[in-house]
Amino acid sequence: MKKILVAFVFCISFQSFAQDYFPENKSVKQNTEITYAFKNANIVKSYDDIINEGTLLIKSERIVALGKNVDIPDEAILVDLGGKYIYPSFVEIFSDFGIKEVKRPSSNGSPQYDANRKYHYWNDHVRAEQNAMDAFSFDDKKAKQLRKVGFGLVNTHFSDGIVRGTSNLIALSQENDMNNALVQKATAQIFSFDRSQQTRQAYPTSIMGKMALLRQVYNDAVWYKEGNSKNKDLALEAFNAQLSLPQIFHTDDYLDALRADKVGDEFGVQYIIVGSGDEYKRLNEIKSTNASFILPLNFPDAYDVDDPYLTKYLALSDMKHWYQAPFIYKMFEEAEIPFAITSHGLKSPDKMFALLRKAIEKGASKQAILEALTSRPAEYLKMQDKVGTLKEGAFANFLITSNDIFEDSATIYQNWIMGVKHELNDMDVLDISGDYKLKFKDKTYDLKLKQKGKSYVAELKRDTLKLGTKAKFENNWLYITLTDEDKSSNDFMRLAAKINDAKSDFSGKVFAKNEETYAFTAAFQSTSDETNDDKKEEKDKKDDDEMMIPVTYPNMSYGQPKSEEKVKPILFKNVTVITGEEEGTLEDVDVLLKDGKIDKIGKDLKSSRAKVIDGTGKYLTAGIVDEHSHIAATSVNEAGQNSSAEVSMEDAVNPDDISIYRSLAGGVTSIQLLHGSANPIGGRSAILKLKWGESAEDLIYDNTPKFIKFALGENVKQSNWGGGVRFPQSRMGVEQVFIDYFSRAKAYEKLRNSGKPYRKDVEMETLVEIMNSERFISCHSYVQSEINMLMKVAEQFGFRINTFTHILEGYKVADKMAEHGAGGSTFSDWWAYKYEVNDAIPHNAAIMHREGVTVAINSDDGEMIRRLNQEAAKSVKYGGLSEEEAWKFVTINPAKLLHIDDRVGSIKEGKDADVVLWNAHPLSVYAKPEYTIIEGKIYFSLEKDQKLREQLKAERSQLINMMLKAKNKGLKTQPIKKDTKEFLDCHSLTELN
Amino acid sequence: MKSIINSFIAILIVAFSAKAQQTPAPKQSQTISIVGATAHIGNGEIVENALVIFKDGKIQSVTSLDDTSMQPEGKVINAQGKHVYPGFIAPNSTLGLVEIDAVKASDDEDEIGNYLPHIRSIIAYNAESKIVESMRPNGVLIGQITPRGGRISGTSSIVQFDAWNWEDAILKEDDGLHINWPRNFSYSWREGSYSPNKKYKEQMDELSLFFKKAHAYHKSNSEKINTVFEAMKSVFDGDKKVFVHVNSEKGILDALAFKSNFNLNEFVIVGGEEAYKVASDLKSADVPVLLQRIHSNPQFEGDDYDLPYKLPKLLNDAGILVGLETSGQMERMNSRNLPFYAGTAVAYGLDKDEALKMITLNTAKILGIDSFTGSLEEGKDATLFISEGDALDMMGNQLTQAFIQGREISLESHQTELYKRYSNKYEHNIDD
Repeated sequence: MKKILVAFVFCISFQSFAQDYFPENKSVKQNTEITYAFKNANIVKSYDDIINEGTLLIKSERIVALGKNVDIPDEAILVDLGGKYIYPSFVEIFSDFGIKEVKRPSSNGSPQYDANRKYHYWNDHVRAEQNAMDAFSFDDKKAKQLRKVGFGLVNTHFSDGIVRGTSNLIALSQENDMNNALVQKATAQIFSFDRSQQTRQAYPTSIMGKMALLRQVYNDAVWYKEGNSKNKDLALEAFNAQLSLPQIFHTDDYLDALRADKVGDEFGVQYIIVGSGDEYKRLNEIKSTNASFILPLNFPDAYDVDDPYLTKYLALSDMKHWYQAPFIYKMFEEAEIPFAITSHGLKSPDKMFALLRKAIEKGASKQAILEALTSRPAEYLKMQDKVGTLKEGAFANFLITSNDIFEDSATIYQNWIMGVKHELNDMDVLDISGDYKLKFKDKTYDLKLKQKGKSYVAELKRDTLKLGTKAKFENNWLYITLTDEDKSSNDFMRLAAKINDAKSDFSGKVFAKNEETYAFTAAFQSTSDETNDDKKEEKDKKDDDEMMIPVTYPNMSYGQPKSEEKVKPILFKNVTVITGEEEGTLEDVDVLLKDGKIDKIGKDLKSSRAKVIDGTGKYLTAGIVDEHSHIAATSVNEAGQNSSAEVSMEDAVNPDDISIYRSLAGGVTSIQLLHGSANPIGGRSAILKLKWGESAEDLIYDNTPKFIKFALGENVKQSNWGGGVRFPQSRMGVEQVFIDYFSRAKAYEKLRNSGKPYRKDVEMETLVEIMNSERFISCHSYVQSEINMLMKVAEQFGFRINTFTHILEGYKVADKMAEHGAGGSTFSDWWAYKYEVNDAIPHNAAIMHREGVTVAINSDDGEMIRRLNQEAAKSVKYGGLSEEEAWKFVTINPAKLLHIDDRVGSIKEGKDADVVLWNAHPLSVYAKPEYTIIEGKIYFSLEKDQKLREQLKAERSQLINMMLKAKNKGLKTQPIKKDTKEFLDCHSLTELN
Repeated sequence: MKSIINSFIAILIVAFSAKAQQTPAPKQSQTISIVGATAHIGNGEIVENALVIFKDGKIQSVTSLDDTSMQPEGKVINAQGKHVYPGFIAPNSTLGLVEIDAVKASDDEDEIGNYLPHIRSIIAYNAESKIVESMRPNGVLIGQITPRGGRISGTSSIVQFDAWNWEDAILKEDDGLHINWPRNFSYSWREGSYSPNKKYKEQMDELSLFFKKAHAYHKSNSEKINTVFEAMKSVFDGDKKVFVHVNSEKGILDALAFKSNFNLNEFVIVGGEEAYKVASDLKSADVPVLLQRIHSNPQFEGDDYDLPYKLPKLLNDAGILVGLETSGQMERMNSRNLPFYAGTAVAYGLDKDEALKMITLNTAKILGIDSFTGSLEEGKDATLFISEGDALDMMGNQLTQAFIQGREISLESHQTELYKRYSNKYEHNIDD
């Protein structure tokens, strides 16, 4: 059967007028090649190219000719459209039409680490060999829904897995035998960041794991193609074969869209990106992907804000999205980012035109919308000559409509698909609205017929007398029931008339009491003058089409509109500076910040351009550096394997995390965004500056030092999670994991350097970097035995552990750490939350410091990061350290541990202007930041914060009013949900969206 | 089997390591006079250059040295330049109920079931907990030990932190009933977000019905003993205070209605994150608040970043009686930071003396123990300590001596012992 299908596709694609070779056993064989000519039509090829009074000629499934002067052959069936409109029918570019839902295999309770499939890729989420036909059965019901809103073709795919295989283009024809349905097989290769439901294989669990997996697939595909693999891999074979197809990537938010593009760029692939509808939030970054987009058509309903107590649970970001989402097409159009529109994700396609009209009200052009539904998707599939267009030789896929298809009043009469008519509404129905003089039995009445939706209402009057009526117009027969002139009578009269022409006289019969009948005539007077209140509505629309509430960066509470203003120098006068350098604390000095750097420290500094800030009685310090943080992350752990050196937290940065702003308010300017501690070899770090409002890429340090997370102890041996089946389950096993991986990495490096063919393995590349001291380890650790072990392993492979983080028993092996050269980044006073921190003491930092270890105090916590100054102060309390030493624990020392001390961590001329002005000594519990500045720009200040609070309140109340208005208008609303802000730490396994 | 052995081992280890507990101090045998310190009374007053005299576990007097009516007697402690404070009180605490979070065998804070007034925290309180002893070097000397979970989690008791066993530790037995008020929002794992709790009314009604039934039980002379309702008797008598754990504005208003429905005079709001929004209602109902941990993140994206920090001031300005509590993530080990919670509130606008009240006398009043503790006032327990500096600031909180009911307690702990052991190993020169 499948072979036949393929053969048939071949046939219609290249030889459309070929002989029909299928046998016929039910009847005699008939010629099915019928020619139709549609004349007197407004043929809308595009809004710039409309043929008025044109003719469209089709034969079988093809358009033969179109234009103003088309020769109509004798055999053609003539259809006079009398000024109706013809549009190309729509192409649904991204769909899972007809694909059966997959069942998830049952779990045996333990995590599964290996793949289910044989002769396929090692990871079950890579399913390049899948084709939409594998799970396809034509869905009549859905097809009918889609036809009704104008779709003729649908590009459907098996929406399961990260690499999902190929999509097929299906005709939504009523004659749904498969021979007609399949238009083109393997139109595109589809990707997503969603795991396959057909497997329980654990890897990848995180966004960065999914990106790493994709990269490895590209690497492996090259290696496989070159014939280096010993085994057959049907997934990779399919993948390689499909690389020349359009590559479509489905994403769930704008961050994922940027992530998909980033992976594509690394391998020279430009994905067509299926967006989520929030891409307007970072339009510049979206544009710079150079990708074409497929945008969904699902604008959120307003929230039900009747209950003010509930309303406070609604985040500004959600309210703004409700308001701003319908502007997205307009914004894409203005930014000249190509886009198609998909109805994928729209619960009921019936709403489609209402939503499209909304987008047009908000400023999108009809042309852009039409393109997005027709020629654009065709172009994406490289089928622009055949589908989504009205031209000679293209498939006969078109719509006949009453008027402009995007007008409220438009009716789609017919949807022709592959030359087959699908009638949606009766096209021959007459418009009988108007005023008539109705006469019977010597009486004359004024009859007014008015269209109301698809039916009519009749008004019948004689002078001042008004009769009750009920009208029905069906198959061009008009029926009117009316009450008797004598109001006390309960009798009705019925009128019936066949009407042959619109807006002309007609006659019929009256059925009265006692089965009496007599004739009546109705003389057409005029078309009713419709009074409409469109004007008021138009004014309403006008109010709407400009965005009153601007996109801010980030587009949420405490975000700000983009400012082009140049950053002015800043001059602090008469301030106490805790330098963190040999100079110690300087009293009563001036500090000038210029061009992003600390320009000068001294007395009586002057700058005419600078913003001057009086520092009398205040303290200026370097911004706090947090060695261990998990804020600003979409996901923290790739827990699917015991090593995940291939993943990078740089892929998981989330610049829209309110924790960034709150941390700035606590004086933090730089963090190491670490992978979690789910596995012995974790993922690579992202080292960030907390530049609130800027993009994920712009938060990452330029020329960033390279780091990776390792972990030891209870988390990696899964003492409190996992199914007990993953190696290692003991500290003894942990050592062997490291020895095994580094031994393999040595062998890998040797092979790579030998010039022989090798499989590029990102995980091994990372481990080689570590051994060559190009990448540094920050290792989650608690008890002394394992700390000692890891140092020995490192020494065995010729490198050093850069930092032990947490390191709560560091004080027990501080001498060994100092000798090895490892630093320690620890909690000030956490302990007793699990068995391995039973001996954790708050004096740990002080002991390590005295033993010569470079010590930092870190947060690992979205709350503590807001007050790391207090945590540093605890080393004065518990360890008896000097204030200057303690302050270094959260500034220059973590900067040293992160190899960024040449740029940040102290107040020194030439360093980055990452500084904080405090109202009191920063180690005091009474201190709070007044300004937090990164590279000379004020990212937080008390004054600015006050303004943002006011802006926030104003925007909230404006949006709430709009929502109340929407509800009063009768629009649908949705119940309020409270978004969770989850604070991630080392052992967070959930992935955030 | 393996897991049984593991937990057994864990129990053994916990049991063994508990040996490191400091020995409780003997009864005060001689009068003690602290001379020259700044005495922070706990009621908002300060006596500079003070003379604090205590005898037989009770405070005799707190006077200024300038006032010569009192003279030092007994053992004299020279505390010139130092500060004396009443012992800090940690209400709504699970200290001594759990030793190590991740070791289930050491966890006794939550019983199964939903309505558990009869569940008493005091008998599970581990007076030898290493976590409890680590409170003392920071000045936290008293706690209200409170069970968790369920609608009515059980009955708390108030203890002091230097005792051989739970019985010795008791300051006030079975002091309060703890109700976890139904939430306005419930979490859906499938959706990954909160939506309005559809059962809110039903859950409130269930709670009311429970109270009604308990009330009816006490009015009837049924001979059948109902253990659960028996535990409610002291609630209706007014001997056991009702602590309602609730954060939302709406929830607090509903709780106040509940209070008046059942004539509950001894009524406390615990948590009270949004209490500042209904402050006038709380004030007119004369209901105090044990305010949630100051070191918290704001609940909503749009909240002021410093909202949790300034809540004490907002409530205090509105005339509400406020104490600070410490519950939340890692609550036991973090309870020693109670003074710094108060200090942070000062950084965000609260008066320093008011902040001190919120961890001493205010809390004692709210718990109903102010007649004998909570401030440095004549006749009260000599539960107090001497600090080198400002005890609300990490930089000043350095205890030299501490007393519970006049007994000079050890300020050592498992942690200080390890500090000393390893400092000695490395021959570091540390004070003490």
